[in-house]
Amino acid sequence: MTDNIVAETAERIFTDLADAQSINSAANDGWKSTLWTALSDAGLPLSWVPEDCNGAGVSLADGFSVAGSAGRFAVSIPLVETMLAGWLLSQAGLPSPSGKMTVAPARPQDRMTVNADGTVSGRARGIPFASDVEYIAVIASGAQGSMIALVEAASCRIEAGENLGNDASDTVTFNNVKPVSIKPAPAGTRPTSLMLMGATLRSLQIAGALETMLDITVRYANERVAFEKQISKFQAVQHNLAKLAGEVAVAVSAAGSAADSVADSTSFDDGVFLEVAAAKIRCAEAAEKSAAIAHQVHGAIGFSMEHILHRYTLRALAWRDDFGQESYWATELGKFVAARGADELWPLVASR
Amino acid sequence: MTAALRFDQIRLPEKCETLRREVRAFLAEEIAAGTFNPHEPQREDSDIPEFSHRVGQRGWIGMTWPKKYGGHERTFLERYVVTEEMRVANAPTRRFFVADRQSGPVLLRYANERIKMDILPRICRGEVCFAIGMSEPNSGSDLFAAKTKATKTDGGWLINGTKIWTTSAHIADYMLAIFRTSQPTKENRRHGLTQFLVDMKTPGITVNPIAQISGLKEFNEVVFEDVFLPDDHALGEIDGAWKQATSELAYERSGPERFLETYYVLTELVRALGPNPDVRGAEGIGRLVAQLHAMRRMSVSVAGMLHAGKEPVVEAAIVKDVGTIWEQQLPHRVRDLAAFIDTDASNHHTLEEQLAFAIKIAPKLTIQGGTTEVLRGIIARGLGLR
Ligand SMILES: Cc1cc2nc3c(=O)[nH]c(=O)nc-3n(C[C@H](O)[C@H](O)[C@H](O)COP(=O)(O)OP(=O)(O)OC[C@H]3O[C@@H](n4cnc5c(N)ncnc54)[C@H](O)[C@@H]3O)c2cc1C
Repeated sequence: MTDNIVAETAERIFTDLADAQSINSAANDGWKSTLWTALSDAGLPLSWVPEDCNGAGVSLADGFSVAGSAGRFAVSIPLVETMLAGWLLSQAGLPSPSGKMTVAPARPQDRMTVNADGTVSGRARGIPFASDVEYIAVIASGAQGSMIALVEAASCRIEAGENLGNDASDTVTFNNVKPVSIKPAPAGTRPTSLMLMGATLRSLQIAGALETMLDITVRYANERVAFEKQISKFQAVQHNLAKLAGEVAVAVSAAGSAADSVADSTSFDDGVFLEVAAAKIRCAEAAEKSAAIAHQVHGAIGFSMEHILHRYTLRALAWRDDFGQESYWATELGKFVAARGADELWPLVASR
Repeated sequence: MTAALRFDQIRLPEKCETLRREVRAFLAEEIAAGTFNPHEPQREDSDIPEFSHRVGQRGWIGMTWPKKYGGHERTFLERYVVTEEMRVANAPTRRFFVADRQSGPVLLRYANERIKMDILPRICRGEVCFAIGMSEPNSGSDLFAAKTKATKTDGGWLINGTKIWTTSAHIADYMLAIFRTSQPTKENRRHGLTQFLVDMKTPGITVNPIAQISGLKEFNEVVFEDVFLPDDHALGEIDGAWKQATSELAYERSGPERFLETYYVLTELVRALGPNPDVRGAEGIGRLVAQLHAMRRMSVSVAGMLHAGKEPVVEAAIVKDVGTIWEQQLPHRVRDLAAFIDTDASNHHTLEEQLAFAIKIAPKLTIQGGTTEVLRGIIARGLGLR
């Protein structure tokens, strides 16, 4: 399934401790701390933090495979967010604390500001897991340009919210918050860089969730009997599943392509922008179509809380909203293409 | 997992990019010389033999075939680049494309040495046009219902019956066709078809053009009356063509020609919306470009896996299904987005003309080469549903 040891480790931990059926029928959230401890012991939350900062120092590519795997298990703890925060901090050479983290902003419309006295102000909506984490890594603009800061979640005002998948997605207000540490972002790292990284991760997670959706939906169709035959033998059902496979295929290859180009590129250049924007748009579109088909094939059972299907469908739908909705990226990509002109479109597409 | 799909992340190697520049320069020269107009997709129908010869001279036909037969022993990925550049430029490739993609590879595999030495080098020089004779009046999706008969006679076979929807039969030098050599068996209704090489100049063949709703006459009815084909024109296993035909189709499915047939309307939309589109226009372009990019990456991935000797059968069928649906919807989506463009805009005329043509050809895109429904059946089989 996976071809590297980091992703294999993640996959094994998820298999052991994040089984969807067990989580779905769990009486409480106890599984979350067991899972987090195992992931932390394996060094996964700080995958992208250099070893001399107590991180695992793995490559971007390996970290991206972890995100794909987290998507396949629809993991609902801030693993990917902590990885992203660690990445952001390490961009400025800031060490990462141990413990759960998230990042701000998570929407392209929200802007954080660094004040003259070095405090951080602003309001960021839809911050994943803000109420579950100890720290928030922030990218903010100040008089000297972009700054990267580590902020204690406790020093912010957090209004609890929920995304479609029932995971925390909160509004965080930074009111002249004094950061634990702060440094200038290196040239080339801007709020858009965080959006691009976040969008890549969410695309991978969506694609992963879609892979599992296809898998459990095909399995269900082969098991469920109606009119004295397996429903998988009805042509209408087969065609729905073939369409689902098509959407999954597009999402997997677009997200993988975006991850690849981020990992292989030294800067967030135009090519990376095209790849990431396209992946986020296409994965979000695929999530919509795939979730509808997966639910259709499952009938009423898939609409029940007892069934695991919603763990994947609702999270895939929720992840569309983070780090730029598809309409945001589409508009940005469209403006970019239009500005370059009609005759540059094919050369751009063909260059990837 | 039970239903994992494989899409290796494949990038085109640097030598493909060098080749791409050569192809673009060549096409620019041809356009400048007036050989074809990239903004007139209708011309795709017209047959320009000299263009095919020049493409052949460049070494861009039969690219992956052995040198011995006039091929160039280049890679599958290099061929991919040439195909997409030709397609995007609306180059008139009709004369050689079928031979390059499908018929040549079949001959390479099943024809005897004499036929290979005779025909393949001529294909590579761009001198030979092929048609594919599979469909019949009562046998389209259901290929195994084909009835056109090949009866054994002295030193060869006598063909009687009718093929239909045969693209390019009116200009073709040869046809690769399947004919019924014996009745299907109870156990295997696919049994009894054999693949033949037909020289279109053989006496007894009548080609009747059939007009299309697009206004073009690209396909035909082909009637066979006691047409004699010599023994060595039967290709591969007698009665076993179904195996050959299905493997031939695998290669037909996932190329760039399967999502770029209406691409020009997207370019024209970008041109018509100009450098500062409104939000609706920008979003529309963005989504279409994202979809195109994602699909192309998927198609490159399948090309790379084929190149590496893997057999991504389901993946290839998916590329064709998703790709043809996309190219079919594209003109309608562009129409929608172009609705707010001032009709006096200087280039709007071109967009309107191109759209009209693209909307007219759109219905065929999900039928030719196997319908959506049939493809989905193949995907379903690949998923283990049947
Ligand atoms: C522009 C164009 C060019 C072509 N060129 C060639 C060519 O060069 N050579 C050649 O041999 N053929 C050619 N064809 C023919 C093409 O391959 C057939 O049209 C196609 O295989 C469908 O067959 P049909 O038209 O007989 O439709 P039918 O097979 O009659 O299908 C009609 C409808 O029924 C559906 N259907 C049929 N069977 C099933 C099933 N089992 N399950 C679900 N739905 C089903 C189909 O999907 C379709 O929607 C061309 C077609 C077009 C449009």
